[in-house]
Amino acid sequence: MEHIEANDAFLVKSYIDGNEQSLSILINRHQHRIYSFIFSKVFDKDVAEDIFQDTFIKVIRTLKRGKYNEEGKFLPWVMRIAHNLVIDHFRKNKRMPKFENSGDFNIFSVLSDSGLNAEKQIIKDQIENDVKELIKELPEDQLEVLVMRIYKNMSFKEISERTGVSINTALGRMRYALINLRKVIDKHNLVLTN
Amino acid sequence: MAKLYSASPEKVTKMTPKKETIDFLLNYSKALKVETYNKMPFESILN
Repeated sequence: MEHIEANDAFLVKSYIDGNEQSLSILINRHQHRIYSFIFSKVFDKDVAEDIFQDTFIKVIRTLKRGKYNEEGKFLPWVMRIAHNLVIDHFRKNKRMPKFENSGDFNIFSVLSDSGLNAEKQIIKDQIENDVKELIKELPEDQLEVLVMRIYKNMSFKEISERTGVSINTALGRMRYALINLRKVIDKHNLVLTN
Repeated sequence: MAKLYSASPEKVTKMTPKKETIDFLLNYSKALKVETYNKMPFESILN
């Protein structure tokens, strides 16, 4: 009876002192809140089960290592661990998207439309037009190299032959063209991202 | 006596993890031993 009435701090201390029964009481007391919290985030019973287990493995290891700092906040501490593990779970899934198998095969889960949609296409066209206008502000020699390299897709060797300068000079002009283009963009306060 | 036409409320089941999970945790806790040597903690699982 004393154990049922005992508060978390007492049970934690008793567990650290070697009373395994205390852990059982703590888990039974808080399992519903912790499990529902995890489930409310992941909406999958198996995943929630896994995260619940990992949460308490972490709790057990921390308590046994004597790293737990008793401040009378056992449940908030466990909830925080669960919360962090939920975040880890979503991060992991983002890196490695899960193939959802709901019975029917859905081709769009493996194929995605990498093309731009109408809005993005318009933005892209606008940006390209803006850039075409901006490069007109560059010095003539830099503009020449940049146009040949980017719009005419020529190699620096070809550019150097066409303009009659060395490859290194062409490379240098290209570099300054880009530096100056950035300055022009800054000057006009433009954001050229899609 | 008047009939009750209202549907009986659905039984609300508390969301709890499986018994196996709890048992695993309790067994894990019993098996885990942490020894500290030269301020370094060493974990061993004695199953």
